[in-house]
Amino acid sequence: MTVNMTKGQAINLQKSDGGTLTAVRMGLGWQAAPRRGLFGSRTREVDLDASAVLFADKQPVDVVFFRHLVSDDGSVKHTGDNLVGGAGSGGDDEAILVDLQRVPVHIDQIVFTVNSFTGQTFQEVQNAFCRIVDETNGQELARYTLDGGGQYTAQIMAKVHRAGSGWKMTALGNPANGRTFQDLMPSILPHL
Amino acid sequence: MTAELVRGQNHTLPQTRLEIRVSAGTPVVAGATLGDERGTVCGIEWIAHPGSPQLPGLEVSQQAAADHRLAVDLEALPAGAHRVTVLLALPVGAGGPVRFGAVPAPFVAVTGLDGTEIATFTLTDLDAESAVSALELYRRQDAWKVRAVGQGYAGGLAEMLADQGVRDPAALAGSIQEAVTRGLARSVAPPPPRTPEGDRVRHATGSADHRPTAPPPPPAPEPPEPLTDPATTGPAHTTQPHTTQPHTTPGPAAAGASAAGPSAGGPINYAHPRRQHAAPPSPPPAAPPAQPGQPAQPVAGDATGWSMDERLYNQIWGMFEDLARAVAAYRSAVDFAESRMDQELDRALSDPRNRIGGAGDRAREAARAKRDELASRAREALDRDLAQLAAEAAVVEPALPAAYAGWGNPVWHAHRIPMEIPMALRIGDLHLPERADLRIPLLVRLPLERGMWVDSGRTASEAAALMDTDRLRRLAMETAVAHAARLLAVYPPGEFAVHVIDPAGSAAGPLAPLVEAGVLAGPPAAGPGGVASVLAHLTRRVDLVQMAVRARAADSLPPDLDTGEQLLVVNDFPHGFDDRAVTQLRYLADEGPAVGVHLLMVADREEASAYGPVLDPLWRSLLRITPVADSHLADPWVGHAWTYEPLTIPPGSHVLEQVLAAVAAARRAAGR
Repeated sequence: MTVNMTKGQAINLQKSDGGTLTAVRMGLGWQAAPRRGLFGSRTREVDLDASAVLFADKQPVDVVFFRHLVSDDGSVKHTGDNLVGGAGSGGDDEAILVDLQRVPVHIDQIVFTVNSFTGQTFQEVQNAFCRIVDETNGQELARYTLDGGGQYTAQIMAKVHRAGSGWKMTALGNPANGRTFQDLMPSILPHL
Repeated sequence: MTAELVRGQNHTLPQTRLEIRVSAGTPVVAGATLGDERGTVCGIEWIAHPGSPQLPGLEVSQQAAADHRLAVDLEALPAGAHRVTVLLALPVGAGGPVRFGAVPAPFVAVTGLDGTEIATFTLTDLDAESAVSALELYRRQDAWKVRAVGQGYAGGLAEMLADQGVRDPAALAGSIQEAVTRGLARSVAPPPPRTPEGDRVRHATGSADHRPTAPPPPPAPEPPEPLTDPATTGPAHTTQPHTTQPHTTPGPAAAGASAAGPSAGGPINYAHPRRQHAAPPSPPPAAPPAQPGQPAQPVAGDATGWSMDERLYNQIWGMFEDLARAVAAYRSAVDFAESRMDQELDRALSDPRNRIGGAGDRAREAARAKRDELASRAREALDRDLAQLAAEAAVVEPALPAAYAGWGNPVWHAHRIPMEIPMALRIGDLHLPERADLRIPLLVRLPLERGMWVDSGRTASEAAALMDTDRLRRLAMETAVAHAARLLAVYPPGEFAVHVIDPAGSAAGPLAPLVEAGVLAGPPAAGPGGVASVLAHLTRRVDLVQMAVRARAADSLPPDLDTGEQLLVVNDFPHGFDDRAVTQLRYLADEGPAVGVHLLMVADREEASAYGPVLDPLWRSLLRITPVADSHLADPWVGHAWTYEPLTIPPGSHVLEQVLAAVAAARRAAGR
């Protein structure tokens, strides 16, 4: 069962049978908006990048992005950079795997962000979504659609944070501007 | 791809050396008859049964058992034999079941020598029969095929033998059953029922004759790849077809011992009795399902790969990475705990309210308690990871083939010189201070991609600084000799040559094992003249092979040129070297690995400092190892400093001499 999340909504990351999750995947998918007019077939590709920032007590400790695909502790893995997005299929274009059991004990929040590396605003992107999947059985736990594309080039999508002995996910959906995650740091901090 | 046959169906056999495996769940007698073109058995000398278990190219078990392995070499069968019929019968007079209808349906599989199933057949729908002809291997226009027969005989063995045209079948059936009854007294209880996994794993091999008939082609130089890059271990590098498995696995050695028979006083079987995964099983050994709430039990070879060697290689690299990352997580958490405590202590100190009363002390205590709590949780997570890795190492280490194993591993005592180059060679152990007894084998790919440099300098490491110069030099040379011996032992006979330059003759002691075994390409070269001639010889070889490779004219190389891999061991560098010799050495270091010429230098960098920066590229191009423990190697993921320890030969062990003698014997046998 998928929860369609709205901005600011938080859910407990639990299996459908109530057990605790061990591994989740943050999947990101998008398409370039169709262009009209003369030479409309000339596609202009949109390169969105997913990144994950690992925080310990509001201090960034490690970042997983297209230049550093695995966190040093091995708990967070980026499956690789996708430069063009999906051609309309529903699958994930970029994915970040999180092995929740192996996340170091001092890491209490993991923030997922999306940046437009090629500089197009989200107006030129369509069908963009971010979803959290239980990696052990492929079940989608939550989906958040990046609707209402506006004049911004980045979005702080969601965060996964410790709550008690388990983990919680909160949809953030906050627009920002920046080419890579470094530009986003000031806008991430208020959400921690 | 396994063909699951039904009664009457046939299937072409891709090879002529086969194993036929029977699992019946209850003790059965297995036998085989040979037939001519018309299927008739020419006489009792064409029948293999427990009383007379061996025929040319065919061997059956001497007793009744729930599981059988029949080794078949179709090319070695007597002339005129066109048909092999595999028979099963229930033993009589033992109080067991008397009809196949009362026992589980027997399962028969035709497999390759490596355990790959070619065809399987389950003999269903049997009832009152007590003997059954299960399979038939037959020659059809120079190709061999297998047919699932499944013809049962209620009259037992005698009726079945009569059907095949045997004279006096009742007497023969009686003598077979008598042999079985004798054997039953020795037999053990039937094993538990066949599981899909258990039957595939190869416990022992049925045939002693596993030596591949043709030597593999000389190794083509592979493009270099960085030593510490496990991502390039793709299947493209695996050049080991299953049928010619390397002799580095103890399987053939074990078979050699068992085939020699108990009476022949054959070689002692050094194979570990529980090391069942040593030979490549067709599917990777899957870990048994985990108990709820517990991590899965580790299994040797639980990684991807086309052969067991590759699986173990990938598994070891996986353990290496996991250990690096688990320790990185721990160190990161502890660092964070420390820095947070420092900040909180600073804050407590700078707060004027804390200067009076016990508030400041309380704040400091709270900060320390927070640090300790986080550090202990981090340690808990680390201990959990380390325990899992240690359990994995405990099953992986005994399962390693010789090339991956330390000198203390018994597999070296049963080592046979392989016919193929293994995938990698272990050159030492790595560990981290968090758990010094958890050792990760340091494996380098073969053919070597970089030369090696055994640092004999006293400044090389802490342990080296405590040792006097002479002892350290001797140890360095001994380390180099042990590495050279390992390389010689894992290469096919005659495909690896070792040259030694010992200008002052100072390493005669450590070199003695190599010299006495007669495995060097020539006596150790001494003096400037010797240095010059060895270097000239190897430089010429690199030049010629390079030219031939570039011009794609490999067949126009001079006939006296040895195309095997060459290793040059240099002691006492730069003693005896002039400028020209140094230039040649650098040339060999740069260009050699691509064409199969490798360096193994024993040197103290300080002594060569007179050459100035001109030698820096040489040192950088070599993999530096030390004769004593030293933390100078970094992993490719997080860059921890790992402590490298060379492989040591157990005290009092003669394994080095034995292995070198085996190398010399294998060369003589191969006529090279």
